[in-house]
Amino acid sequence: MSGRESEPDNDQRILDVHGLTKYFDITKGFLRRVVGHVRAVDDVNLYLNAGETLAIVGESGSGKTTLGRMIVRAIDPTRGAVLLRTDSAEWTDVSKLQGEELRAARRHFHMIFQDPYSSLDPRMTVLDIVKEPLTYNKIAGGSEAQERVVATLKLVGLSDQQMGHYPHAFSGGQRQRIGIARSLVCKPKLIVCDEAVSALDVSVQAQILNLLKDLQAQFGLSYLFIAHDIAVVEFIAHRVSVMYVGKMVELAKTNELFSQPRHPYTEALLSAVPIPEPNRTRSRIILRGEVANPANPPSGCYFHPRCLYATEQCRNETPEWREISPEHFVACHHADNLTLKGMV
Amino acid sequence: MNRLDVRNLKTYFFLDRGILKAVDGVSFTVGDQETIGIIGESGCGKSITAQSLLQLIVPPGEIVKGRALLRCKDGSTVDILGLKPNSNAMRTICGNEISIVFQEPMTSFSPVHTIGFQISEMFTLHTSLKPAEIRERVLELLQRVGISNPAQRFDEYPHQLSGGMRQRAMIAMALSCKPQIVIADEPTTALDVTIQAQILELMKELQQEADMSAVYITHNMAVIAENVDRVYVMYLGRVVESTTTQRLFENPLHPYTQKLLRSIPRPGRRVDRLEIIEGSVPNAIDPPVQCGFFSRCPAAMPGKCNQAVPELIEIEEGHFVRCFLYSDHTEPEDEWTRI
Repeated sequence: MSGRESEPDNDQRILDVHGLTKYFDITKGFLRRVVGHVRAVDDVNLYLNAGETLAIVGESGSGKTTLGRMIVRAIDPTRGAVLLRTDSAEWTDVSKLQGEELRAARRHFHMIFQDPYSSLDPRMTVLDIVKEPLTYNKIAGGSEAQERVVATLKLVGLSDQQMGHYPHAFSGGQRQRIGIARSLVCKPKLIVCDEAVSALDVSVQAQILNLLKDLQAQFGLSYLFIAHDIAVVEFIAHRVSVMYVGKMVELAKTNELFSQPRHPYTEALLSAVPIPEPNRTRSRIILRGEVANPANPPSGCYFHPRCLYATEQCRNETPEWREISPEHFVACHHADNLTLKGMV
Repeated sequence: MNRLDVRNLKTYFFLDRGILKAVDGVSFTVGDQETIGIIGESGCGKSITAQSLLQLIVPPGEIVKGRALLRCKDGSTVDILGLKPNSNAMRTICGNEISIVFQEPMTSFSPVHTIGFQISEMFTLHTSLKPAEIRERVLELLQRVGISNPAQRFDEYPHQLSGGMRQRAMIAMALSCKPQIVIADEPTTALDVTIQAQILELMKELQQEADMSAVYITHNMAVIAENVDRVYVMYLGRVVESTTTQRLFENPLHPYTQKLLRSIPRPGRRVDRLEIIEGSVPNAIDPPVQCGFFSRCPAAMPGKCNQAVPELIEIEEGHFVRCFLYSDHTEPEDEWTRI
């Protein structure tokens, strides 16, 4: 297969992302001259094991969605590799595939979108919506396809009697279930959930989160869970990564990241999260200023203008992405010397 | 005496398909310098409640019933809902005595006027200051809400500002005349969590400085827990429970509140499964005369809960709940109950 690269050693791994980068051009004038770049995602490294959930958190504009979309190849990366284990031993670089090969690889990954209202075609019935991936990927057709649709709908808690209905007949939570059924029907290995529950009401959100967990346990799915709600992430994710202005600043196991963050931005982000318990008061770090502009980022560490611990070094040198303790990655010059407060 | 006293507010939408009872008999009070919260899921009528108070309801919507007694700065009391929507009297109250911070700061500013012009308008309408003085006051305000370089921002248009800045400008506008009551309708929902923390902190400070009362309307339990004194929980157009924030989180009585509080993931308290509320919020078009939560309630008593609407009753001091588990009182019917 084309695009095959050096194989990561761990056989639990199903996804390995190296130096993934996306620059969007800023063009100007009639000839659309390129006058600059928006560094939407800048040199991101991550991996994902089978049956694992990796959450990506960050504020709007931090590049989480762009990263997710590159991994499912909805957009082409500027550079970098997205290695996906398609069969038991076979690694494929999804970012380099073209044409029929890309099409063949698409059955292995899928995406669940944020807005359950605009992500379903209002002119298609539920049956057509959920069946489409099967026919597109040439996995099944005719009555076999229909049987698989019925079985998948059952998994997500919808009945086959609702199969002929159009999306408008469903509530937000049910629509999100349809979206999940659509992403599940090809039995993919990886599902990218882009803010999959943030448009839902709290009572419905809990239903969908439980469903995602159940499906993972049943099929050994891996989720890349893009979200901004820290509480939701803590519930669903095994590991969490934090993004800031297109760069990954920290990645660690959920418990560890929440109790012992090593990056000042993670600390501030955690402290800003309001807690639904009136008796638990915490000292809050109020960050000054706003998120940096990815078209014109600050020098050195992108976080330094808002960082409480910034030094001269932070203004001048870009911090390296390093493993500070086993499976705990951080990009901060001073991570070794800082004692930062966690969530609890 | 309360600064704002809303009694039995009913706002209906008369649609071709039937009558949508968006707000169906809501009462609440706001004391001096008090911050109350109205919480509920989408479609429960919390935003319509806020819009009704400023008479922003347009056909097919109509405020069919209710009073809202507001104590003005000069000590007099007016019934806001008794005023004509476009009258001069209403105009002197909007912005001056009661103002609102909307959820979406992009769509609530005019895109074709500068930020400075739109905030100045408040002073032009409600004070007799000269233009130069107004400009000075607006610059001061922008500075106060944390907008850097106010003199430049004054002449910029809303699209030139970031989301957090626009929300700051919105707050500056709402608080410009130091109103008695400020209503914040999902003030931070569109914002990132670090910006949300900044904005909530700012609101608190300004509120104390200018002796204002506030009504927070949100679906976010955590924002309620950290920012308000008393909470009203709404479900399907009605208040189902109200008490102090402390007591609501410690001892929720209504099955809906209990379920809702248990279904939210809590930071720092990891669980394996979340509790859920089956189904989703029913449609409020021509609702049956029954407890709104009947179809989803784990403690529902068929034959009772689906026969009448329970009344909001004070169970303990300052703790009101609308549920047949605690009292047999049914809500008195009026001319709008069965139409």
